[in-house]
Amino acid sequence: MNYQWDWDAVREAFPLLMEGFKTTLLATVLGTLVAAVLGLVVAMAGRAPTRLVTIPVRALTEFVRSTPLLVQLVGAYTIFNSFEPLTIGIAVLGIHYASYLSEVYRAGIDAVPKGQWEACRALSMSPRRTWQAVILPQAVRNVLPALGNYGIAMFKETPFLAVITVSEMVFEAQEYGSEHFVYAEVFTLAGLIFLAASYPTSLLMRKLEKRLGH
Amino acid sequence: MGDFYSYFFDHLPNVWSGLWVTIEATVLGAIVALALSFAFGFMANSRHVLVRGVSRVIVEFFRGTSLYVQLFWLYYAFPLLFSYELTPLFCGVVAFGMNYGAYGSEVVRGALNAVPKGQWEAAVALNMTPAQRMRRVILPQAWVQMIPPFTNLLIQLLKATPLLWLITAADLTTVIQQMRDRTGETTWAYLTLLVMYFILAYALTLLMNLLERHAKTRLGQHTSARSLLRSRSAESAEKAEVAQATGGGG
Repeated sequence: MNYQWDWDAVREAFPLLMEGFKTTLLATVLGTLVAAVLGLVVAMAGRAPTRLVTIPVRALTEFVRSTPLLVQLVGAYTIFNSFEPLTIGIAVLGIHYASYLSEVYRAGIDAVPKGQWEACRALSMSPRRTWQAVILPQAVRNVLPALGNYGIAMFKETPFLAVITVSEMVFEAQEYGSEHFVYAEVFTLAGLIFLAASYPTSLLMRKLEKRLGH
Repeated sequence: MGDFYSYFFDHLPNVWSGLWVTIEATVLGAIVALALSFAFGFMANSRHVLVRGVSRVIVEFFRGTSLYVQLFWLYYAFPLLFSYELTPLFCGVVAFGMNYGAYGSEVVRGALNAVPKGQWEAAVALNMTPAQRMRRVILPQAWVQMIPPFTNLLIQLLKATPLLWLITAADLTTVIQQMRDRTGETTWAYLTLLVMYFILAYALTLLMNLLERHAKTRLGQHTSARSLLRSRSAESAEKAEVAQATGGGG
């Protein structure tokens, strides 16, 4: 191994990568937010009283969950070419992860004891109030750690956005790497930044999980 | 729509060759991942602090650095550093194997720990050697626990294979993208591609259900034939995907 490691390139690329990292974080946070809201909507729709709603909802979730994120991204980017790539990226990430999260919500809602539903009926609460005041506060608590973990998983999949020209961190790394032919330096750096950000966060999530008693 | 499908059916051999690359990457990647899962999973349960530490560091490293970056590192950086070029498919198999092997090791570790203490003690009481104990008592029980989360990891791996397109391996995504470029039928091309991946994912799920049934039968637990057709269960999906993020597998 007689490769001359270029420290100057590392120094020069670092601020660029950090600039891209802002976009990476933005996509992760907004994507997780979309997934959290949409996942809940899908989980509630999956409990609708009529099969006309539940069967298509389940089928669609299964389809989104079983097909590659990259193909979904590139497909959406090509078809909806009038939108900003970042918007498409956040929407697709959000929808893809909503399909995972809806299952988590579903389990969280199922874990709310039956007596809670019955008590709501006995108190003649409206369905809206039942969900808002009784079921969701308990279900969401069950779901919180999983939500964080999916956020971390999504974070590590944001480089896919580079493919649809979003200038997030790995996109910057690729640009700089091909311009100066220093792929080894920039990709190592990008990997280490991912590790430095995701490892402490996942430790934090493990702590939270323990505290919530999972 | 007509244009795309007439082109598609006129060029079926291309589709097959792309499909073959995708299946090859999935199967070979899964074999590497399975081997690494067991290696690191056993190491994580070792009595020696050093062995546990090494496995922990490797697993956290491969989980923490994104798969996308790992693959690009192997394809672009590795040849520069070691002046040795790897084929795209080989890069894919190694990156998928390492990444999902790291996640899988948590599944193995969790499943081994989930086998009741009494089973270990009984095997010791019967004077079994550690190898006998593992092979005849612990593994058959742990294996049943591992299959559902492994199924999810396998589907995740399949879903990661379109990354091969980015490093110029002619996988299914590459082939269908070329057909899209020729015919200009964007919507139909991508829908077809997604449906093909969906069918592959479902077929893999069915195979894994068969495997689970076989493993359960060995333990004397019988399952109904209908359970073979079910898709990945919500509960195990959640567990595996969460295990993937945090390592709380099993």
